[in-house]
Amino acid sequence: MFSIVPLAPRGREYGPTRHHPSVQKDVDMGLDLDDDLDHSSRITSPGEMISSSSAVLRGHGTYVEGEGVIASVTGVITRVNKLVTVRAVKSRYSPEVGDLVVGRIVEVAQSRWKVDVNGRQDAVLHLASVNLPGGIQRRKLETDELQMRNFFEEGDLLVAEVQAAGGGNASLHTRSLKFGKLRNGQLATVPPALVRRLKSQFHSLPCGVDLILGMNGYIWVSKHVKESEQLGEEGFDAEGVYSNVNDDIDNATRAAISRVSNVILVLARHHVPLTDMILNDAYDWVIEQGISTADILLGEAGESMVLSVTAQLP
Amino acid sequence: MADGSASVMHGLTSVMVTVFGPREARSRATTQHDRATLSVNDGRACIQRGYVGRILEFAANIKSTFEPVLQLYLYPRSQIDINVQILQSDGSLLQAAINATTLALIDAGIPLNDFVCGITCALHDATPLLDLTSLEESDLPHVTVAVLPKSGKITLASLETQLAVERFDEMLRLTGDAAKVIHIEMVGVVKARTDRIVRAMDSAQASGGARGIPDVDAEMGE
Repeated sequence: MFSIVPLAPRGREYGPTRHHPSVQKDVDMGLDLDDDLDHSSRITSPGEMISSSSAVLRGHGTYVEGEGVIASVTGVITRVNKLVTVRAVKSRYSPEVGDLVVGRIVEVAQSRWKVDVNGRQDAVLHLASVNLPGGIQRRKLETDELQMRNFFEEGDLLVAEVQAAGGGNASLHTRSLKFGKLRNGQLATVPPALVRRLKSQFHSLPCGVDLILGMNGYIWVSKHVKESEQLGEEGFDAEGVYSNVNDDIDNATRAAISRVSNVILVLARHHVPLTDMILNDAYDWVIEQGISTADILLGEAGESMVLSVTAQLP
Repeated sequence: MADGSASVMHGLTSVMVTVFGPREARSRATTQHDRATLSVNDGRACIQRGYVGRILEFAANIKSTFEPVLQLYLYPRSQIDINVQILQSDGSLLQAAINATTLALIDAGIPLNDFVCGITCALHDATPLLDLTSLEESDLPHVTVAVLPKSGKITLASLETQLAVERFDEMLRLTGDAAKVIHIEMVGVVKARTDRIVRAMDSAQASGGARGIPDVDAEMGE
């Protein structure tokens, strides 16, 4: 068997990298803020001068007035070489290519849908970027355009991927069997910053609940679908994918779904970034303590849940 | 769910402001192609006749106060809604509303050039007064000023009564000083909250990460 073993430490420590004096200045500037671990000094608020405009490039969350670069939002200052940005802790979702999002149809327009994805603008889903019934890949026809409401109607929830993004506008696609209309569950809304990019945004929890963590802060909690029952590429049928009818959901699953949603809401209220692991721990804790679904939302129960989950550090 | 919210209490006055947006503009007519549209709503019901105009003016005052300070050009074709809800009214309403709006906009992460600090100042004989109650406000000549504390610029000066012009300069200077005090308070609140959120997010992140690592180590040791 092969195994990877970390190298034993050398006898001599590596010294700091030496740079040419002209480069050294840039390197130091990149480090001066990252070195101090105390957050409070890195947090800025609107109107606060960050540095002089000749020394740095201004990024998001800053503006230039006269000689200085000034913050325009409250958040943590980050520097990458010369670029200075201030990231607001709470803001609307700004779409990036490849993000997985959960959205709600707000308008059916000429050969496209407008989708609310919690962004500065509604995203666009073109008729050409959805899977059409009867064959996996085919050209869209006029008849498809006339029956767009058979695929998605106003108010429908869907999961999609961002195909193109620029200046707050996004264009989505659902050209995969993982994407498409959502049913058998409920939506939980959290601030987008709490959803981190993970290896996969699709999770199934051991309690029989599937999760879709949309990068835009919309989270879909639904009944677990078995791998074998998921539709294969050949078995694509429009009836199943664009169906508006829920499957039968037994009471235990219903309870689990609402329990998970409430756990998510409480974690979000305490600004805990959501991962499947943390959700799992929180869910187990709730079951262990025998707290009823509605009581999770109450102050005390929620607080002790968050404490127990975040304190499970080794 | 609102994107940002804040409530300001001062004396018996209590104001809550919620901010929605920037989001897709709901009406085509008001959409501007180069900047976001700002709309301010006052949640008060119009009970008395002649009260409607007052409420509309109140909302318009807040709108014109924030329009030059918000960086609206960053969000073309979008809309930002500010809802002002007056919970209790005992004087200096505009002051409280402006301060609450500033905090709510910051909470929503919407870029502002600077804080906006609202101050109401009245004149009793020759003495300027701050933080008026309803009774003082109805009897004394008063002016409400919105100040940008860093630059000292004024984005609103609203005078509903007559005032001796010789005294105006002194009152304006006093409001400038008072704005600095309010600014320090607001920065304190905003930073404390942001710090708390950043810490909460970091600590949870650390706990998730730290538990991931031991598994990897165990594998490596084999």
